[in-house]
Amino acid sequence: MSLSLIRTVLLTAFSFCSAARSLSTSVHLQAQGNVSGVMLTCEKWKMPIPFSQYNSKSKKTLAKPGVKNIVLVDGVRTPFLQSGTTYADLMPHDLARAALQGLLNRTGLPKDAVDYIVYGTVIQEVKTSNVAREAALGAGFSDKTPAHTVTMACISSNQAMTTAVGLIAAGQCDAVVAGGVEFMSDVPIRHSRKMRKTMLSLNKAKTLGARLSLLGSIRLAHLSPELPAVAEFSTAETMGHSADRLAAAFGVSRLEQDEFALRSHTLAKKAQDGGMLSDVISFKVPGRDIVSKDNGIRPATMEQLAKLKPAFIKPHGTVTAANSSFLTDGASAVLIMSEEKALAMGYKPKAYLRDFVYVSQDPKDQLLLGPTYATPKVLEKSGLTLNDIDVFEFHEAFAGQIMANLKAMESDWFAQTYMGRKTKVGAPPMEKFNTWGGSLSLGHPFAATGCRLVTTVAHRLQKEGGQYGLVAACAAGGQGHAMVIEAYPQ
Amino acid sequence: MASARLLVTRSGCTALKAITGHGQRSLSVSSAVLARTHVSYEVKDNVAVVRINDPTSKVNTLGRHMQAELVEVINEIWGNSAVKSAVLISSKPGSFIAGADLNMFQACKTAEEVSYLLQAGQKMFEQIEKSPIPFVAAINGSCLGGGLEFAIACQYRIATKSKKTILGTPEVMLGLLPGAGGTQRLPKMVGLPAAFDMMLTGRNIKADKAKKMGLVHQLVEPLGPGLKISKKRTFLPARPLAVDFAKGLAGKKVRVEKKKGLMQKVQDFVMGLPPVRKQIYKTVHNKVMKQSKGLYPAPLKIIECVQTGIEKGNAAGYLSESENFGKLAMTSVSRALIGLFYGQVACKKNHFGQPEREVKKLAVLGAGLMGAGIAQVTIDKGVATILKDTTEEGLARGQQQVYKGLNDKTKKKSLTTFERDRIMSLLSGQLDYRGFENADMVIEAVFEDLSIKHKVVKEVEAVIPPHCIFATNTSALPIKDIAAASKRPEKLIGMHYFSPVDKMQLLEIITTNKTSKDTTASAVAVGLKQGKVIIVVGDGPGFYTTRCLAPMLAEAVRALQEGVGPKKLDSLTTGFGFPVGAATLADEVGIDVAAHVAEDLGKAFGTRFGGGNVEVLKMMVQKGFKGRKSGKGCYVYGAKSKEKKVNSGAEDILKSFKLTAPPAVSADEDIQYRLVSRFVNEAVLCLQEGILPDPVQGDIGAVFGLGFPPCLGGPFRFVDSYGADKLVQKMKHFEEAYGNQFTPCQLLLDHAKDSSKRFHK
Repeated sequence: MSLSLIRTVLLTAFSFCSAARSLSTSVHLQAQGNVSGVMLTCEKWKMPIPFSQYNSKSKKTLAKPGVKNIVLVDGVRTPFLQSGTTYADLMPHDLARAALQGLLNRTGLPKDAVDYIVYGTVIQEVKTSNVAREAALGAGFSDKTPAHTVTMACISSNQAMTTAVGLIAAGQCDAVVAGGVEFMSDVPIRHSRKMRKTMLSLNKAKTLGARLSLLGSIRLAHLSPELPAVAEFSTAETMGHSADRLAAAFGVSRLEQDEFALRSHTLAKKAQDGGMLSDVISFKVPGRDIVSKDNGIRPATMEQLAKLKPAFIKPHGTVTAANSSFLTDGASAVLIMSEEKALAMGYKPKAYLRDFVYVSQDPKDQLLLGPTYATPKVLEKSGLTLNDIDVFEFHEAFAGQIMANLKAMESDWFAQTYMGRKTKVGAPPMEKFNTWGGSLSLGHPFAATGCRLVTTVAHRLQKEGGQYGLVAACAAGGQGHAMVIEAYPQ
Repeated sequence: MASARLLVTRSGCTALKAITGHGQRSLSVSSAVLARTHVSYEVKDNVAVVRINDPTSKVNTLGRHMQAELVEVINEIWGNSAVKSAVLISSKPGSFIAGADLNMFQACKTAEEVSYLLQAGQKMFEQIEKSPIPFVAAINGSCLGGGLEFAIACQYRIATKSKKTILGTPEVMLGLLPGAGGTQRLPKMVGLPAAFDMMLTGRNIKADKAKKMGLVHQLVEPLGPGLKISKKRTFLPARPLAVDFAKGLAGKKVRVEKKKGLMQKVQDFVMGLPPVRKQIYKTVHNKVMKQSKGLYPAPLKIIECVQTGIEKGNAAGYLSESENFGKLAMTSVSRALIGLFYGQVACKKNHFGQPEREVKKLAVLGAGLMGAGIAQVTIDKGVATILKDTTEEGLARGQQQVYKGLNDKTKKKSLTTFERDRIMSLLSGQLDYRGFENADMVIEAVFEDLSIKHKVVKEVEAVIPPHCIFATNTSALPIKDIAAASKRPEKLIGMHYFSPVDKMQLLEIITTNKTSKDTTASAVAVGLKQGKVIIVVGDGPGFYTTRCLAPMLAEAVRALQEGVGPKKLDSLTTGFGFPVGAATLADEVGIDVAAHVAEDLGKAFGTRFGGGNVEVLKMMVQKGFKGRKSGKGCYVYGAKSKEKKVNSGAEDILKSFKLTAPPAVSADEDIQYRLVSRFVNEAVLCLQEGILPDPVQGDIGAVFGLGFPPCLGGPFRFVDSYGADKLVQKMKHFEEAYGNQFTPCQLLLDHAKDSSKRFHK
């Protein structure tokens, strides 16, 4: 078979680009030829993998004797909107509430059947610092259901889900709701430290004289506000800057990044139009219309993408606004139960949540390499190989970050030198990778993305008839996460 | 002296290099296919990438050989019509070009010879400046002196934003000036004030500052690990980027000129007015005179060269630059400073070999000024350190000192707050001996009292492992006396730090005849890690440094008793080149410490350490005038006014001990030489007695530890340049008036007798 023929087969088999508008992606990917990591991995797959052949797997199931099976019953999310759009006047717990109510509606879950609620968030609204509790109460959950909030940057809702898994595995709970919310339309902007100090002292000042002298000490400079840091605290480097350096270190070109971004948007658009994004619920925004679609999906042309100037390292960087994920408002929620409980309540679970790992590494030069570190570790833990995985959902922080991770995963040298492994784990084949779009196109409400990834894996496994799925994500602080998900037998 | 990176070529090696250089050049006439060793280039896509790599050294320096090959390569590039632009880059990871080859100048006999060399350099850079094709300098690592002058002759500069990348003109610190166009190009590039600041202070400029100043056009971010097997990763991105810019420049897509902001325009306009410039020259001149007391000719010549270039045009400027450089190279000041530079390089090496065990855990006893300082410079370099004190207050004070030292660095932005926290996490403050069982070295910095030191030795030896080294930080107590209490004297060594430890570069290591070589090697290794310049001396009262300082301070007390006021004394000593006046120095050291040392050493050495009356110091201590730390000493401290006020209480004490000044030896110059000659004589005696291993360490110790005038290069270089015979003559004159404290030692007399005898070749 000639190479182009293989590619045609491949592309048709997974109907990557049957739509005319996505054709440009494949053309560019082809033009890239074997230079691009994308095609390299494609070429390795001489034949489309028949997903139904479970026999070829390393393991028939990941169920372990004596270990409770924990299942994902269902997952939902609000539409992910660019910040400052329709959600602009809400508060974070409003969004979280919408996701929780959506989950209740979708599953028909009796509110008092929930033992516990765990919610993730990154940028905290100070008024609702335990946003889990406020959202749960507002969503009409029983006031007898405890709720706590977790935070771990972009893997906060992954942390919420694995916390839920832990609670169930430990026998403490049977049904837990996990989720995450991020609201970038409003962020806490503080007074300067000096001003805060003066204001706090003012509270304590007893006499009028003391108050006046404190007021008199206020200088114009004290009035300049403190914006929330967009930079890594330990290194003072913004994430986009680090992503740009990472892309350069791995030799990821601007073209590769733009192509990947375009791929993400194209696939997301197709998934949206094809009704694949069934985790999205409709949300009647108070004072506004009903929102039922993500609004950040915008397939453009390569020419349009090429026109953009670098956003972080100027003038020669490669990371642009278009090949980075955008600031997003959104919330997600999932219902996690022990298999027994789910079946007892009459649910048909969507997937098993299996092994997971958290990793962390140098927050300066390897800030966004979480997936590279987490993937081999979680596969090893579950006794699978990369070939066993039918569905990959990686968090797309930046196109450059994804491409760098793919290249790192393909490198024996990197695995040996930095990860202490004998060989590379290998890069996921692109035809299995984020085929319904990703954070670049669907949007990335920091703490809500994790649940979206897991729900998407479950849905894709069902749709495509695969057995194993892998979620991987990077997070600020140089941390990362991966989880193996097994389809629930149909 | 921040010029440590300026040049690390060893003299022997370079001499050889120069010879082969000549040899190869003459050979190249007959053989066309001669391989170049220092400079190579390749042409790709119309861009010539020129790589510089001196195979004989860790850093690149502009020597005859390098220069010759560069000229050859550049001519080839110009001759190649396919080349539309060029990139200049170093193959070394931490060095672009660290400066000119100093040996090249030192080998010259006359100023004219030096000037001629420079004119060749000036010409080469001028050709590059006027090159028909653009040159892009891709800078990573040190870009200093001639290296910077080369870079600024190029049309475009890109620098990596790494801590290793530093730009600067450190020539002034060697008593020289930027002699290859620097005094001419820099003012035009960064403006008159910034150029003066650079050239007169010789300070290192980091990449981001250089970008702000307009010294470089673009910065490249250093990258983390990627796919390539290379430690040199950090400078790799500079090359492709530089090539891109080179192409852009050739295709006129990249513009060299930056748009000027309003402030810049205003500044340019103001600088365009001759009276304004005149005022600047005058102000800078006055400032230099005030700081250098006129003892350093280089800064004045720099001002002259800049002024000539701006007011009389390029040609005159270049001529003035090369001529003045030639003259400066022949001055004793420049020789002294270059000598110190080489000495410093030599004292930054471990001559005792690799220690058997690396010190990974250090414990410091006593959280006082010294102890905390030692802890700070140790954790700073990533070594886990225990800081132990006996009281909670003492410990808290010490920990606060360390924190403040590091926090001040975050204010200056040389550390991030996060790095500060990481470093602080290496410090463990405690009141007990927990963890000492894992210590590789203990440095005690407890009170200077033999019985306390003995107690500490015994206590510590009971808890430390057998391999652990015990170092004692003392300024005057003989190490062998402290070691008397030790069960393992071969593991005991003296490490004399100078206060403030985080600022003073010197570390004096003292070995007894029982100290093992490995112990010494280990102490030197720790000192080097702490960033110290190290001298290793023999044991004895006051070792080397304190022993030299004591007679000078005794003479200072004498002068005070004779009615020379503290201010006058200070101006006499600073006028001689000491950075700190004698009276101020006594206050800084502490009058109590000075009294203590004077008494101890007086007992040990007898009348040679006489002169001033120790009772003066004792009385001052009694009244609480212990120097700066107590708020009063010779001066009163704490007042906000800049003008230091003389402590009238101290004056009263001096009056009660008043002596008559012998008129024959009390002129200003006499007082200066009385102070200096006693210092120098004691230093030479230390060499004679074998306390000092060599004159180089003697000079380094005196300059870096005690502030001996750097322009004189240290006591030994001073004897060489001033003349031992002249010095002996003066001392004999003083001896007549005062007695045996001025008796020259035998070694000095030997040198006086035979003028061919010199401490430095």
